[in-house]
Amino acid sequence: MFEFLVAPFLEFAFMQRALFGALLLSLSACPVGVFLMLRRMSLTGDAMSHAILPGAAAGFLLYGLEIVPMTVGGLIAGALVALAAGTVARLTVQKEDASVAAFYLVSLSIGVVMVSLRGSSVDLMHVLFGTVLALNDAALWLIVLVTAVTLLTLALFWRALVAECLDPLFLRSVSRLGGVVHFLFLGLVVLNLVAGFQALGTLLSVGLMILPAAAARFWVNDVAAMCIVAIGIGIAASLGGLLLSYHASLPSGPAIILSAGGVYLVSLLVGPRGVLRLLLPQFRHRTA
Amino acid sequence: MPAISANKKPLNNEAVISLRDLTAGYNRHAAVHHLNGEVRRGALMAIVGPNGSGKSTLIKSIVGVLKPMSGTCHVARDVTMAYLPQQSELDRSFPARVKDLVQLGLWQRRGLLSRYRNEDRQRITEALCAVGLEEFGDRPIDTLSGGQLQRALFARVLVQDADLILLDEPFNAVDEKTIRDLVALLRRWQAEGRTVVVVVHDLDLVRASFPEALVLARRPIAWGPTAQVVTAENMTRARQFQEAWNDDAHWCEPAPALQEA
Repeated sequence: MFEFLVAPFLEFAFMQRALFGALLLSLSACPVGVFLMLRRMSLTGDAMSHAILPGAAAGFLLYGLEIVPMTVGGLIAGALVALAAGTVARLTVQKEDASVAAFYLVSLSIGVVMVSLRGSSVDLMHVLFGTVLALNDAALWLIVLVTAVTLLTLALFWRALVAECLDPLFLRSVSRLGGVVHFLFLGLVVLNLVAGFQALGTLLSVGLMILPAAAARFWVNDVAAMCIVAIGIGIAASLGGLLLSYHASLPSGPAIILSAGGVYLVSLLVGPRGVLRLLLPQFRHRTA
Repeated sequence: MPAISANKKPLNNEAVISLRDLTAGYNRHAAVHHLNGEVRRGALMAIVGPNGSGKSTLIKSIVGVLKPMSGTCHVARDVTMAYLPQQSELDRSFPARVKDLVQLGLWQRRGLLSRYRNEDRQRITEALCAVGLEEFGDRPIDTLSGGQLQRALFARVLVQDADLILLDEPFNAVDEKTIRDLVALLRRWQAEGRTVVVVVHDLDLVRASFPEALVLARRPIAWGPTAQVVTAENMTRARQFQEAWNDDAHWCEPAPALQEA
């Protein structure tokens, strides 16, 4: 048992780094995912993960497989798409789902064109799916920084974030923070996607955001509790995924997301707000 | 009924809301057209008029979530406002308890970062009692009926403890007893020196409970003491206005007042 569960992390430095990175990402991305889900923007996360591709690709084309330029590029591309889509949604009749779709599709196609100009399909695979087992110092520092910024922002703006989700028009009637919080939140989404893409790839980094949050919804009915449960699930999925990847020689990113998917399925079935509870025959009821 | 707070500033004739030639609307179509007038401190005023006559637009302009197309809508300085919209953007599936919803009303007092105090919790409990929801504090909001939710929103307005209270059709889908309770609350607010402006459709209710009324049909039909204003004749005039946007409507010429200036 010890051999199976602990030894890989004790023996190999790359496993320790991977674990450290994945744990931090869980701490940071999972609560962001909870708000993303509660704002019905789960698919916006997915769209944004596509939107950062051209930025990452530009960094890759100019500097090769270096974390800093790829990250900065991804941040710029993500921020541009988020700002453009958010602004269009706030100023025109178009809703945010449509404007995000429009801008991310353009961004994604630019990214694919850029990679195909120079890179091989192996490079593209790397950008798309990442390698948590090859996290270098720069990548880990980036994840530490993003985690710190995310947790601090969430703590400072918690009340406004909850208000903006629960009753946005009320927040607008008492404060000018509504718009600020919306863009700040989109910023956090982009930041966490970028932090995750070296480890999990641009396509899968959103998985660690959404799956634990979606799973947590079946267990608790309180925002703070959901964040904590989601972080727990994220940590469990990171551990499970890395072990799965190590023992079964699977790519690490998909293994982590698959583990999270497993937790989601279990939660969907047996959680107190899950399917089985709904399907159980109800023989008794209360009078009021 | 527990007192939520000491009386507000003493009654006087000061205008809390001043409308100067206010025109507001959407996509260059006026929904409120060249409205002038004042709401004085301590007024309990009903806005009545047919569907689409600009009642919600007027309220939104006062709150400041809609910018006027021309003219001004001025709210006196240092006046705190509480607004209950007709169509709340409240997400009822959000995992929040009734307490959490009412707690939002503390925003003006505690803002983003100040810690909630015991007196705040006390205030929330008192507000829930005042609207008859004392047992509901820990209930998830998605388990409330429409009328219960409306009462919870009134509790939030109570917690806001504002000088100026703007309610947009607050009695829709609310049963008679609840309406009676809520109207008693409006009267109490007025007695405390607050200014209360409410969009209402039930004219009997307006005549019975609101001393002042504005009959609106895009332009003001009449504004003043309810008995003189909410008359069969005025309501007939209000009903005759053209509800729909007219794409061929004339562009409005500058108002005479503006031409002189």
